[in-house]
Amino acid sequence: MNVLEINHLAVELPVEGALRRVLHDVTLSIGPGEAVGLVGESGAGKSMASRAVIRLLPAGAAVHGDIRYSGDSVLAMDRAALRHFRTHDVAMVFQDPRAHINPVRTIGDFLLEALLERGERRDDARAAVIAVLAAVGVSEPERRLRQFPHELSGGLLQRVMIAAALAVSPTLLLADEPTTALDVTTQSDVMVILDARRRERGLAMLFVTHDLELAAAVCDRIAVLYAGFLVEDAPAGDLHRNLRHPYTAGLLASRPDPVAPRPRLAAIPGRPLSAFEVGAGCAFAPRCAFAVERCHLERPELRVLDAGRVACHRAEELAGQLALSPTPGGSE
Amino acid sequence: MTDEPVLEVRELRKEYRVRTSRAEAVPAAGSALLGHAVTRRERAGVLVAVDDVSFSVSPGQSLAVVGESGSGKTTVARMVVGLERPTSGTIMVSGRERSWRHVSSRERRRRAREVQIVFQDPYSSLDPRMSVRASLDESLRLHFDWTRERRDERVAELLDQVGLDRRQANSLPKALSGGQRQRVAIARALASEPRVLICDEAVASLDVSIQAQILNLLSDIRDATGVSYLFISHDLAVVRQVSDAVLVMRRGRVIEAGPTASVLSEPSDAYTKQLLAAIPRPGWKPTPSNS
Ligand SMILES: Nc1ncnc2c1ncn2[C@@H]1O[C@H](COP(=O)(O)OP(=O)(O)OP(=O)(O)O)[C@@H](O)[C@H]1O
Ligand code: SF4
Ligand SMILES: [Mg+2]
Repeated sequence: MNVLEINHLAVELPVEGALRRVLHDVTLSIGPGEAVGLVGESGAGKSMASRAVIRLLPAGAAVHGDIRYSGDSVLAMDRAALRHFRTHDVAMVFQDPRAHINPVRTIGDFLLEALLERGERRDDARAAVIAVLAAVGVSEPERRLRQFPHELSGGLLQRVMIAAALAVSPTLLLADEPTTALDVTTQSDVMVILDARRRERGLAMLFVTHDLELAAAVCDRIAVLYAGFLVEDAPAGDLHRNLRHPYTAGLLASRPDPVAPRPRLAAIPGRPLSAFEVGAGCAFAPRCAFAVERCHLERPELRVLDAGRVACHRAEELAGQLALSPTPGGSE
Repeated sequence: MTDEPVLEVRELRKEYRVRTSRAEAVPAAGSALLGHAVTRRERAGVLVAVDDVSFSVSPGQSLAVVGESGSGKTTVARMVVGLERPTSGTIMVSGRERSWRHVSSRERRRRAREVQIVFQDPYSSLDPRMSVRASLDESLRLHFDWTRERRDERVAELLDQVGLDRRQANSLPKALSGGQRQRVAIARALASEPRVLICDEAVASLDVSIQAQILNLLSDIRDATGVSYLFISHDLAVVRQVSDAVLVMRRGRVIEAGPTASVLSEPSDAYTKQLLAAIPRPGWKPTPSNS
């Protein structure tokens, strides 16, 4: 059975008295020990999708569709079940540790919270968090427990947040841009830690990032989100060999290469749309170099293709045409 | 144009005085408090953010300064543009040495005409109450003694150069997207016809698709105007795309310098190698950085 199953998830949030669409249609599953990279540009809805999984959405949010953890409906959970789910089964790591760790409480208080809340003895909990701090490469773990967040660098604090997430031994980890604020070398360190947990404990992971290459390198599958729609879901290994969606291809081509620069980047024209701005038809149509009339009129359904799924009317036709190494000036 | 460097920096050094107790307890938090790169502690209470940095930029050249957080790269940029006073060392722009004594407002304007800076967050550098057009016009009025007509012409030219349309020109910054705001910031910086444009993480917070547009734009502008870039970035891929030469900084010092192509394809310094190895790419697996 899948650890996580998200079916036709749609989310609306209250904005100035009215509900505004932030997610249109997200269908996604994660098997035991599997890592899925959820990628997309700013505002695509990555954070909202991952927060919806633990029902951590802003007040007044309207959620449609179905979210299941090991077969149980998360949306149907009562208070007690939700609390159990959040303290035993799932854990979340956020992009900005300073915004999510209470500055006036010690690192120890922060780390012990979830374990004490679920009724573990203080001594056991303390031993457990010290062990997990050491495992994520935090030196002098005992001393850290007495320190306050401002006494730690950003990289160290992010490790603390990851330690807090891992301390509850979750089955599912939701990591929302856990390395975006970090230097590349620190990012590499953090990914080593998460990788090891996956191998050793079979941790399943939803890894949210805007970095397609990072997701492809550390995840089994890649799910691409655009303007609130899941537009492609493919094995990570296919990313460079077998592109199916024009947006995914455009994202890859936009990124400069540190070793082999191109005379000119094949930038996607225009800007990413927010979910609420999307009209009829394919959300990507206004920016898509391959759009035809049908694209502007009819919304493409997410459908199975090869080893993945894609939402594009022209996916079969375009197979092999989506430049893997884009030509200069291609789409601008 | 001659080959004489448009910008020349010699033995630049910047020290910050900090409260000793805090610096000793937690150097990392000290840097956060100051909001600057504070890296090495030589004597108690003095942090050396930039240590013996020298480089030169010729007309039309693009020099990148790369390094991780706290390496001192932003402090270098702030000193070159005059926002920060060096502890020692010299900065020469167009062959004239910058002095930090008795700078008249006229002299300050002249300097601003030569060196402009674009920051990471365009929002903070734009006046929220001023339309794009008004803000460009203001910059022209400050730097040139031109007629209204001539300024209007130049505003239109600048808007065109950065790819903004009429409607956007009449908007306030809050009605624009991040990428559009960064275009405004670039247009505003170009208004004074600077010889050097400093980009301090100018594309770092943009979406990849927008980042690509701005990188292309910067390359077009350089071709069209011959402006030089001092490009401050933590992103080696971006640096490879926009620069001819690169300085790699760590803890306030330059640890490697040379043509971008050779430094990034055959780095000689172990730290540069480590930085390159940490960039995700096809076939990449994360490895511990041992730092
Ligand atoms: N509290 C809120 N109320 C209303 N709309 C919101 C709220 N928070 C976020 N949104 C909107 O929801 C949409 C999705 O946002 P989300 O944060 O999920 O994007 P994201 O893909 O995580 O982007 P980023 O890469 O910038 O983190 C955006 O259009 C955003 O403006
Ligand atoms: S459906 Fe049409 S517009 Fe949308 S991605 Fe496919 S080709 Fe482009
Ligand atoms: Mg987000």
